[in-house]
Amino acid sequence: MMRLSTIQDLELLRREILKRREHIKKRVRICDGPGCHSGGGEKLIQLFREQFEERGLDGSYEIAPTGCHGFCARGPVVVIEPANIFYEKVKPDQVATIVERSVVGDELVEELLYTDPETGEKIVHERDIPFYVHQERIVIGETGRNLITEIDDYLSRGGYSALAKVLTGMQPEQVIEEVKVSGLRGRGGGGFPTGVKWESCRRARGDIKYVMCNADEGDPGAFMDRALLEGNPHQVIEGMIIGAYAIGAREGYLYVRYEYPAAVKNAQRAINQATEYGLMGDHILGTDFSLKLIINRGAGAFICGESTALMASLEGKIGEPRGKHIHTVDKGLWNRPSNLNNVESWANVPLIINQGGKWFADIGTERSKGTKIFSVVGKLNNTGLVEVAMGTPLKKIIYDIGGGLPGGKRFKAVQTGGPSGGCIPESMIDLAVDYEKLKGAGSMMGSGGMIVLDEDNCMVDVARYFLNFLVEESCGKCIPCRVGVKRMHEMVTAMCEGRAQPGDIERLEALCNGIKETALCGLGKSSPNPVLSTLRYFRDEYEAHVNDKRCPAKVCKKLITYSIDTDKCTGCGVCRLRCPEDAVIGEKKECHCIDEEICVRCGICYEGCKFGAIVIE
Amino acid sequence: MDCNIQEVDAIIEQWGAKPDSLLQIMLDINHRYHYLPKESVKRVAERLEMPLNQLFSVATFFKVFSLVPRGRTIVHICTGTACHVKGAPKLLDRFEKDLKLRPGETTADLALTLETVNCVGACSAAPVVLVDGVTHTEMSANKISKLAKELKAQEG
Repeated sequence: MMRLSTIQDLELLRREILKRREHIKKRVRICDGPGCHSGGGEKLIQLFREQFEERGLDGSYEIAPTGCHGFCARGPVVVIEPANIFYEKVKPDQVATIVERSVVGDELVEELLYTDPETGEKIVHERDIPFYVHQERIVIGETGRNLITEIDDYLSRGGYSALAKVLTGMQPEQVIEEVKVSGLRGRGGGGFPTGVKWESCRRARGDIKYVMCNADEGDPGAFMDRALLEGNPHQVIEGMIIGAYAIGAREGYLYVRYEYPAAVKNAQRAINQATEYGLMGDHILGTDFSLKLIINRGAGAFICGESTALMASLEGKIGEPRGKHIHTVDKGLWNRPSNLNNVESWANVPLIINQGGKWFADIGTERSKGTKIFSVVGKLNNTGLVEVAMGTPLKKIIYDIGGGLPGGKRFKAVQTGGPSGGCIPESMIDLAVDYEKLKGAGSMMGSGGMIVLDEDNCMVDVARYFLNFLVEESCGKCIPCRVGVKRMHEMVTAMCEGRAQPGDIERLEALCNGIKETALCGLGKSSPNPVLSTLRYFRDEYEAHVNDKRCPAKVCKKLITYSIDTDKCTGCGVCRLRCPEDAVIGEKKECHCIDEEICVRCGICYEGCKFGAIVIE
Repeated sequence: MDCNIQEVDAIIEQWGAKPDSLLQIMLDINHRYHYLPKESVKRVAERLEMPLNQLFSVATFFKVFSLVPRGRTIVHICTGTACHVKGAPKLLDRFEKDLKLRPGETTADLALTLETVNCVGACSAAPVVLVDGVTHTEMSANKISKLAKELKAQEG
């Protein structure tokens, strides 16, 4: 690789790359994002390679293992360029057919096309699928087109042009001003204005300053940061280099979750490639500006997503947060000014620089600008990563994009904001999603997880789930969180197990409010949110658990029993054979029954019964 | 697996013998041996000139580390929110019953360890289970029962 010594060199290189690619007739994009990879994307890549080799397909055809396409529910996804033919749920034995008919030939493989569930019609192109039509994929859109391992691919699409623009004549203050004009707010949870943070860090006293990327995506149910960093690492890194220039940092860190090994690997590769080209390291593009980026892995602690805890962990200490009377932009890592932003925030930066803060500020609502990526998962047909303008109604995300709930089940609530967030009920389905509206509804934006719950989910159980999570993840430094969350968990568990006493709901509420006011860090203060928001909208469910010892959603094991409907049972014996506890009794072709004493309520019989004869009460 | 001090030293060299490398060094050792052997922790403390108690506080604070040997095969049941609402507790129950293992436990012959993980970012394929890092998607009580049988057979 040649090292670029001037800004003009970058443009020349880009032209050269484009020229080199002119003869590519067809490009096969195989999604290797988090969803498709788990579903067999890796195997497909290998099979496509074998097919290409067998047929001697030369440089006119390219295989591009890319980042996440977003439509995970339909994965593994394969898209054939230039027509952008979208193939879904591709299986290994279909690879040869695709190569034969759509790569070498110009035909469609009908059975792999997406079928519109409304009209029953086949849709050929990616852009025409309803899941994509209603989105504004400006930040994550590139991820699905990006050949992960090649920096040249990113460059061919205008990559690092924002950095070139900054280095060509923008003063650091101008860069900060542009970001301030854009109105970009932190995408990791807090929603603090990014430009203001940069400005404070630039003004902070100290020779050595740091830029940091928070990729410790700890909110369970959110994976947009993983998808971005894994699938399009250069976009994040370019943002960080620009940020470093603006605040005057020469060194930076990416703090990546241990659970995301591919993100670590891909980000490291990207850093190495950028350094070889002279886009990072000493004298970037021949200017006086230098930057070194280092990747650090986390070790499985949710609290390390909190800025002060993250920095403590970088110093080799345990990840305990501290009070924030002194901001990290003044005294962060090693007591030096440190600017920490989330992966998605950084990924927005090159766009803002290239297209202008004004352009960005025109998207979204009055106080929440731009778009937001949501990981829309749970009881939904079209699970995946969705990017929409701020202020998009929840209904549009869940029904128009998400395709509604499977099995004709009724929508109950959507959980947003992870363990610090809350649940939004059906009555608020028209809510225009932005920072303020979510907060007003008793939840929060968080990093953008949206977990859809249906009638089969128990809200008390959901609250218990988050409390259990928080008990495990509380760092233990302050008493309200260490002891208070544990007490909350005990109380809610007692409700789920039918041991609660009248008055427990009120006691729980009082405890929640106490913790909210006295805990040390943001995570502690927000730890009662899962309880408070479910209490606010689903108090009747709590009351049913406490007063009637009943779980209306039939989830809490201690409050339910399994039995067999004698009218529906055909005596096929599937449940009897499958029951690992031998709790099902009955002769073949005669009605079966379940021994309540032996039954452990594992649900195997319920899953396996074709006649719907297993009843939960 | 016996702890080899040369190997530990090589890991320390790779990251540099300084306090801010501590977490990275410990992660690599933990990955190499599936746990943190006592001798390795002592060696790191010595080389980084850090008090041993600080290393133990780090080792017990972060979820990834184990101070006791773990199995040759490690099963992670994801208990992230999406996995939870789609039935992860049932998977955990089934696994516990079939293999007589609770989360965090290892079989006596060091064949298998069961752990939970707070989300692996494969939420659209929930509920998921990882066997030595390989993701099994859209699991059900029936599927995990089968998986448990396979794992049992594998180890004889």
